[in-house]
This record gives sequence, C-alpha cells and structure tokens, in this order.
Amino acid sequence: MLEVRNVSKSFGGLQAVSNASLVVERGCIVSLIGPNGAGKTTLFALISGFLKPDAGNIGFDGTPISGLRPHQICRLGLVRTFQVVQPFVNLSVRENIAVGAHTRIAGRREALEKAADVAALTGMEKMLDQPAGALTIAGRKRLELARALATEPKLLLLDEVMAGLNATEVRELIGVVRDIRNAGVTILLIEHVMQAVMKLSDYTYVLNQGEMIARGTPEEVTCAPEVVEAYLGHGAAARIAIAGEADGV
Amino acid sequence: MSDRVRMTGWALLLLIFAAVPAFISSARWIDFLELTLFVAVLGQGWNILGGYGGQYSFGNAVFFGTGAYIQALLQYKLGIGPWAAMWFAVAGTVVVGAFIGYLSFRYGLRGSYFALITLAFSEAFLVLSRSLKSLTEGGRGVQLPLNQDPAQALAAFQFNFSDPFLRSYGFYYTILIILIVACALTWWMERSRFGAQLVAVRENEEAAEALGISAFRVKMGAICLAAAISAMAGIYYVQKFLYIEPGIAYGTGKSVEALFAPIIGGLGTVAGPLLGSFFIHGIGEIAKETLGRAMGDRPGIDLILFGSILILVLAFLPRGLAGLLESVCKRIGGGRDA
Repeated sequence: MLEVRNVSKSFGGLQAVSNASLVVERGCIVSLIGPNGAGKTTLFALISGFLKPDAGNIGFDGTPISGLRPHQICRLGLVRTFQVVQPFVNLSVRENIAVGAHTRIAGRREALEKAADVAALTGMEKMLDQPAGALTIAGRKRLELARALATEPKLLLLDEVMAGLNATEVRELIGVVRDIRNAGVTILLIEHVMQAVMKLSDYTYVLNQGEMIARGTPEEVTCAPEVVEAYLGHGAAARIAIAGEADGV
Repeated sequence: MSDRVRMTGWALLLLIFAAVPAFISSARWIDFLELTLFVAVLGQGWNILGGYGGQYSFGNAVFFGTGAYIQALLQYKLGIGPWAAMWFAVAGTVVVGAFIGYLSFRYGLRGSYFALITLAFSEAFLVLSRSLKSLTEGGRGVQLPLNQDPAQALAAFQFNFSDPFLRSYGFYYTILIILIVACALTWWMERSRFGAQLVAVRENEEAAEALGISAFRVKMGAICLAAAISAMAGIYYVQKFLYIEPGIAYGTGKSVEALFAPIIGGLGTVAGPLLGSFFIHGIGEIAKETLGRAMGDRPGIDLILFGSILILVLAFLPRGLAGLLESVCKRIGGGRDA
C-alpha cells in the first residue's frame, strides 16, 4: 500500500533521512521507532508531502506521490497527525472533526453528523461542544486522531499519539487504534511508548540517525543488538548479554 | 446563540431597517445611516478575508476603488448604462482580487507581509489612477453627468431628480440591499464547506493542509469574494456622488475604515462589521455633537475620542462587540444555548 524507496532528505549539512526504505502492507499496523532525532517525523513529513525528498520515491496505492502537496495526498487517502498537536483552538471539537470530514463531504450538516460519528469511535462523544482549546493533552491527541480519521483515510500516519498520556489513557487509545485498523484502515505509527508498539504492531522499522537499521516483528527488533545500541549506546548490547548470562544461569 | 435566535434577530433588524422611512425623515440622519451601512459593507468585504480567513489586508481600498472606477469609467467613456456597468465593475474587481491573491498566496505571504503587499497594491493603484490620465482622467477625477429627467431616474441609477420618496431614500435602500447581499453571502459562507475550510486555514494552515484543504484555493476564493463585496460599495459610492477621484478611491482612508468596523464589531462574525460601523459612526456623531461643540470648532476632537475607544475595545473586548453581545445573550438565556 505504501512504498518508500531510498528516500533521502537533508537540511543544510544535516542528513535527516538517508536512503531509507519502508513498506506498509494493506491492513497492517506498522510502527516506526528510533531514538530522538532519528528522523522519524521528517520521514512522515516526506511521506505526507510537507517536505520534498532530495532523492528516492514514495508510492501510495501504486501511484507516485512524492512532489504532491499535502492536501492532494490527503485526498488520495493518506493522512498524518502531528506530534505537536495542532487543534483549531477557537473551534469546537465537532467543528474540528468536521473540517476533516469535509474532505469527502460537501454538505455542512452531513459533515457535522459525520463528526459526531467519528467522535464516538475515538471516545470523544462527550466533548463534542467543547472548544478544542479547552481540551487536556489526552483530549487533544484524540482530537488529532479523530480529525484525521474523519477524512476517511486508507492509510493513517500517527505521530506519537500516545506520548504524554497516562497508563489508562494509553490502554484506551491502544484499543481505539486497533478498532480503526479492524475497520479497514492501514496504520503506520511513530511511537516511543513501547507498550503500544509491542501490542499493536505487526511489523516494526527502526530508524537511527536517518538510516533504517533494523526491521522485523516487534520482538525481533527489540532484541536486535544494533537497536539496543542505538538506544543505549555503543557496546550496550554486549554488556546486557553478559549481564543476562550472569543472571540467567 | 442558536440559529433560530440569530435568525429572529436578523429578521427584526431587517424589518427595522426596511421601515426606516416611516420614522426617520431628517436628511442628516439618513445620510448618517447610509454612511454607516456603506462602511459596514466595506467592513464585510474585509471580514471575509481578514475575519474568517485570518489574512489581514491593509489595502482593501484597491477593491473599493477599482469597483468605483470601473463603474464610473464604463458610463463616462463608453456610455454603458449603470445597471450593465455594475456587473463589469464586480467582475473586474474580482479579477484584480484574484491577481493580488495569486501573487501573495502563491508565495505564501502571511501576516504582516500580506498586509504590506495589499497596502503596496492600493498605493500602486493610487499612483496609476493619477498618472494614466487618458484612461482615468488623472487627479481631476471622473465626474458623471447628472440625469435631470425624473422619468429616467431608475434607468440612470440616480435619484436626485425623481419622486420625493426615491430622492430621499433611494440610495439608503441601495446600500441597504447591498449590505443584505453582503451579509447573506457571509451567512451562507459561514455554513458551508468553504467557510469551514477558510476558518481552518485561519486557525492553522499546516493542519488544514494535512486534512485535505488547499489553503491556496480557499484563500483565493476568499479574496475574490472580498473583492466582489467591496466593489459593490464602490458602485454605490459612484452612483450616489457621481464622482470619483484617486484619493477617494485608493487612499488609505477606505482601507482603514474597512478594517476598523469588523475589528471593533467582532472578527469572523456576520454581524460584526455592522455593529462596529454603528459603534464607530455613532461615537463619531456624538463626539462631534457634544465634545466638538463644547470645545468650539476644533477639527479632530472626535478622532481623539475615537482612537481612545478603539484602544479600549482592543484591550478589553478581544472578540469585539459581537462577542460581548453573545455573552450577554447567554447570560440572559441562562446559558441555555451554549
């Protein structure tokens, strides 16, 4: 469904993403993890059209999308959420979600009705008439998700929707994300909350300093020495292995 | 406020405005009302782009002036009738709006940059209208011939020599109808997909783009609509005064009036420009009557009062008079309609 091939992007002298490739199969939940500054959000921006890749190709549903504008990509059925939430603060939750719904629906009334339906899916039905500016961080994350969902995407890019939530909220949102997938939406997510990554993903990619260093099921990936080292520093994998042996036997 | 309450309010207001001749006969007060409604129309034009779209223009005179000049020149140079000319005036101004919008939004100019480029355009039009003498008659301005045949009053869109009712109230009703059209367009826009997308762009352009909105197209739509509404004000002006010159058409005066009314009245609301216009001119009149008289004939005293009030409104009523009205209604209604 989504094919990212050898994509690179640099900002001045900083190589944010280099030669990264990634494939998302229809109906899967794929996660993209990596330490801070690895280039995950940059890769999302490249896929969703907010940035143009310096090199490489991005294909969605068989059509090349690199070079298209974000709104065009959204209409094709690929939508992203923002890590730093971007609600329309002066609008109500209902109006916020309706903006997303308008991508497919011309009528105002129908869009507002659709907004209420989507709010129910994401557990926001009680907040419909609150101004978005009054929402808690958890509410804003949900709103970000609901708004994107209202555009009726085929592929949803979630950028750290779990960050900053407490354990209960994370558990709830994991359920919501799973429901969305079960409704037929393919999902690619950036996440630091490992509980969510392990529970949700069918497949995981690991990005470090702009390069894809590992891929596999979440279990495989979290055991891979290069991933452990990317997070904990050079030599960490070996030290953990030694410590494990000492403990284990 | 629920839609029904709003509708009732508007219907009442419309009734009052339509019935004005029944209780106001003083030419001075009719002039006051005409001026107020005229500024409300200019304000509504600004409000579409600035209030709903968040694109603060400092040069809406360019639309008013272009509409006025096209209306005047088509009659003066080509002898086209006023009722035919006005369609060209609106269409021509929309073209100018699209041109300015294309140049500004194509390159993503926002905030103060957009304000500056609109100001630059209105200044450029001011200079052009002064120097292109063969087209615009230069600084002398365009003086339309006065129709003195009462039978032709309606055809000539001039009410100076017509039956007494039209002579007194013809232009009042003209600007009232234009204001109704402007408000109806805004009302429709507020409840349409276009309006929702425009507000989304104002709130957060990046998020709007991510949700499938072409910010460029939406802003283009808004500037064209703004241009059309401002042009209608220009048409009224020319038909009423039968005269237009560069300073009136493209001077910063009209640009400033256009943005004061909605800012004071309430940005991004249908009623804001009208409320603001009434407030500004009401204050202006009162200041002239009281302070002006008390202080002797000192021009500018009303401007001092006016400036002070503007500062107070900006400081204490961020949502303008419309916002104040809404919270008062809510309090009276016991918070029934949230």
